[in-house]
Amino acid sequence: MRRVVITGIGAVSALGVGVPALWEGLAAGRSGIRRVTICDQSRLTDPIAAELSSFDPAAHLSSDQLLLLDRYAAFAMVAAEEAWSGAGLELTEEERQRAGALIGTGMGGVTRQDECYRDMYDRGVTRTHPFTIPRIMYNAAASHISMKYRLEGPTLCISTACSSASHAIGEAAELIRAGRADVMVAGGADAPIAPGVVKAWEGMRVLAPAGDDPATACRPFSADRQGLVLGEGSGVVILEERERAMRRGAVIHGELSGYSATADAAHITAPGVESPARAIRQALAQAGLNPEQIQYINAHGTATRLNDSTETTIIKRVFGDHARRVAISSTKSMHGHMMGASGAVELIATLMALERGIVPPTANYRKPDPECDLDYVPNQAREMKVDAAVSNSFAFGGLNAVLVVTRA
Amino acid sequence: MPEPDSLEQKVIELIAQKKRLPPESVTLDSTFVELGIDSLDGMDLLFTFEETFKLSIPDEVAQQMKSVRQVTEALRAALAANPQPSTN
Repeated sequence: MRRVVITGIGAVSALGVGVPALWEGLAAGRSGIRRVTICDQSRLTDPIAAELSSFDPAAHLSSDQLLLLDRYAAFAMVAAEEAWSGAGLELTEEERQRAGALIGTGMGGVTRQDECYRDMYDRGVTRTHPFTIPRIMYNAAASHISMKYRLEGPTLCISTACSSASHAIGEAAELIRAGRADVMVAGGADAPIAPGVVKAWEGMRVLAPAGDDPATACRPFSADRQGLVLGEGSGVVILEERERAMRRGAVIHGELSGYSATADAAHITAPGVESPARAIRQALAQAGLNPEQIQYINAHGTATRLNDSTETTIIKRVFGDHARRVAISSTKSMHGHMMGASGAVELIATLMALERGIVPPTANYRKPDPECDLDYVPNQAREMKVDAAVSNSFAFGGLNAVLVVTRA
Repeated sequence: MPEPDSLEQKVIELIAQKKRLPPESVTLDSTFVELGIDSLDGMDLLFTFEETFKLSIPDEVAQQMKSVRQVTEALRAALAANPQPSTN
């Protein structure tokens, strides 16, 4: 059977550009959440976000590229370059036809879309730039990556809200297992900090208020949790067929040994229990692991009332007694909810835990909640050996994606 | 809005700027193909011309614009047809 390993990782998040910046922040338990500065806040209610205000696309991309790249796609290009150069791949003409890109996004080029609508409806502008469509389209990131690295195999976009990146990585791995590709650039990107989008999230009443210290606003699994905080950025990994990676002596960050996708088929926003639990069981089965063999779970952990208690129930249902022994953390407490990028950045955090023997904490954990009574690695990273770990993504729309990684 | 006789100059300047070419390498007889202007660049330029000269170029005219001279002719025709610049 063909197996899939990860030979490159790249990330852009509120904690900085690059995996080293991400990991340094996560390992230190540092929150990247602050008051919004990157978009007009005049009609928003004291908005906060895990934004990367210092991101300068021109430092990474040519002016020709920038004309066609919206913020989300620029994040993806920068993350992909880090992953690609780290993997040290050099593909022949023939190999390029068996290499592709699968990049998820929840909202695509919503920065430009928001501006375009604002120009039309607010400012009465009658003309819009002709590159608006290529910037907005959800496949822009996947297509630009395919063009840059001349990947001519299966290149796709998956949009499943908060699970987009996990589904993208999981399905890309399936393409390799099925023999339809040997190398896949996979991940997700989103840039939802635009006035119209933040307003829409305000309307759902699930956003954490700024409070006195926005950095502490996102408190997953804590009794005083008060909602999610939007984030932005991208995570990209290079997936490679294992034999191929070993032959060329690639650095292997871990094996993507299990994946499952399930649907609640029940409610458009409220999370279910049975289908996410089944997704974890199926992903473990594909990896050939028992629940007891998992040492770390990177939780979906959005910090909404309902998600965190439901996810705790799900973990107990799958892991039984072992649920009390497994280390669980939500890194969203630091990089925010990066929507369609979350699953990829969280998988990278999980791989780093495997590689470094350090589990990142759940920041801002203050008070135990009887409904969330497991070990959430509160506030401080923990040194521990991790051989196998699970990363959960449970999206609005009831679409669940679970990834399992094991030490290579 | 530039004076009519400076229109040619302005068009050449805008094309040179967009394509990062020395202005002297762009002449009225240059074709889009010679200047490396593909269909996407063409749309970008069209948008720039419309914004700069405050006018609208109909799609059927735009499709015929394959050289610098055709651009200036189309712009002159559009200016003559609608001397009051449209507001934006």
